[in-house]
Amino acid sequence: MQLYLPIAEVSVNAFLILGLGGIVGFLSGMFGVGGGFLITPLLFFIGVPPAVAVATGANQVVASSISGVLAQLRRKGVDFQMGGVLLAGGVVGSAIGVWVFGIMTRLGQIDLFVQLSYVIFLGLIGTMMFQESLRSLLRSRRPGGAPIRRAHVHSWAHGLPFKFKFRASGLYISVIPPALIGAAVGFLSAIMGVGGGFILVPAMIYLLGMPTKVVIGTSLFQIIFVTSFTTVMHAVNSQTVDMLLALLLILGGVIGAQIGARVGVRLKAEQLRILLSLLVLTVSIRIAVDLLVTPSELYSVAPLVLP
Amino acid sequence: MIRALALILVLSLPAAAQEMIVSGLSQNRVSITADFDGSEILIYGAVKRDAPAPDGGPLEVIVTVEGPSAPVAVRRKGRVAGIWVNNASVTIDSAPSFYAVATTGPLTHILSDVDNLRYGITIERVIRAVGIASEADRAGEFILALLRVRTEEGRYRILEGKVELSEDTLFRTDIVLPANLTEGEYKVRLFLLRDKRVVASQERLIGVRKEGLERFIFNLAQQQPLIYGLVSLVLAAVAGWGASAAFRLIRV
Repeated sequence: MQLYLPIAEVSVNAFLILGLGGIVGFLSGMFGVGGGFLITPLLFFIGVPPAVAVATGANQVVASSISGVLAQLRRKGVDFQMGGVLLAGGVVGSAIGVWVFGIMTRLGQIDLFVQLSYVIFLGLIGTMMFQESLRSLLRSRRPGGAPIRRAHVHSWAHGLPFKFKFRASGLYISVIPPALIGAAVGFLSAIMGVGGGFILVPAMIYLLGMPTKVVIGTSLFQIIFVTSFTTVMHAVNSQTVDMLLALLLILGGVIGAQIGARVGVRLKAEQLRILLSLLVLTVSIRIAVDLLVTPSELYSVAPLVLP
Repeated sequence: MIRALALILVLSLPAAAQEMIVSGLSQNRVSITADFDGSEILIYGAVKRDAPAPDGGPLEVIVTVEGPSAPVAVRRKGRVAGIWVNNASVTIDSAPSFYAVATTGPLTHILSDVDNLRYGITIERVIRAVGIASEADRAGEFILALLRVRTEEGRYRILEGKVELSEDTLFRTDIVLPANLTEGEYKVRLFLLRDKRVVASQERLIGVRKEGLERFIFNLAQQQPLIYGLVSLVLAAVAGWGASAAFRLIRV
């Protein structure tokens, strides 16, 4: 069934879009990532103009994150206190990110900047996660060698002031590290046009030492707000949110997210992390290949938006 | 003697006065609705003559359909430090979003360069790019690239021999408008040619507009962007909650 999208001004197959939304929603429910880093390139691929893809992708991520967060909420998997601190940092970071985005746009290299950010950050995080989770998976498989799991590791972060008790996470740490992480994620999400879950999830696990069961819900909680902000900003500034496209993606996405959350519960934390790291690495390599391989068409045509 | 005189008189008259176009369109407005998947327009017509058809070359017909024009940026990638980046860009002042040329025969055989330039018939003559030479080296290649990219997208089409002409009087052609149509006034031009020169021409308009739901969404996005953005969010929230609630029901 073909459907004409009023803002994107292209005709697309409605079932293809539903399917795309479903796949991304499934991954988002399973891993606690918003799926922005997947949905945007996929929309480019089927011919949706980049600006519309970025803005509408953000809108879809709002829906799948809400769906995912509600599923996590029932399992008490959301640390609202931690989410609030991350969000406060995120707002500051994203304001800085928007400012840098403006500078790069004026220099005419925003596409390259975004692609390089994807390659570097996805590649880095993917590699780190893959290594770590592979190691812990091997350790747990070794006979007799049960993993030594300490409740928490004392580090420099525990010496910082403004300590706060994060009940749901079982942590008593300073608010400075989570606020800084939130700011870094906010900055990157403004530049890359994503929710930032793929950075937030490993940061919460490895840097803050949060238990995996609250990581996904808390990450989704923060993503809801970041992507809501992005959606409204795009709608107001450039009128590039396509409601019809978003609705189709959302319908597929929310259903996928529910299924994903159920599947995610059945998998071991290490397996979950290894799968997420492979996914992140795949996207990173895909974008890197685009930058390195000689393109078949050197020229590109874009409608000129008059300032 | 008198007949010879009459013939001279007829031949010396301006050609345009002799043959005129009477034309029709299968539809003069195209509605883009939610299920819009391209549209086909039949353009037909007849040659009206006050006198018998003049001697000389055979009659040829060219039909063009032109979508609304807009400025575009054409960028070229180059290899910098091992990676491919956009490192040259040219601004084309005006390029139509859609352009189709249908003819009764090969363009080079039926149209002279002079008249092509004068009437702006082929796509190269419609694109306006002034002063691009100073924007990048080999600037001409950017225009060729624009033509190539848009031809591949199905936006620019040359349909040689796709106009049917019968008995030197009646002609018809079908132009397919693609699914990725832009809103606006589409200009249809009809040309009659003899001996590679235009002897008559006519212009008509087709209005392409979004209708119904498409119109409503587009207007809301343009006129009330903040409300539009918030509505999008509410939609997302309701759908997210709805799916969650639905799955809970299924499970219980």
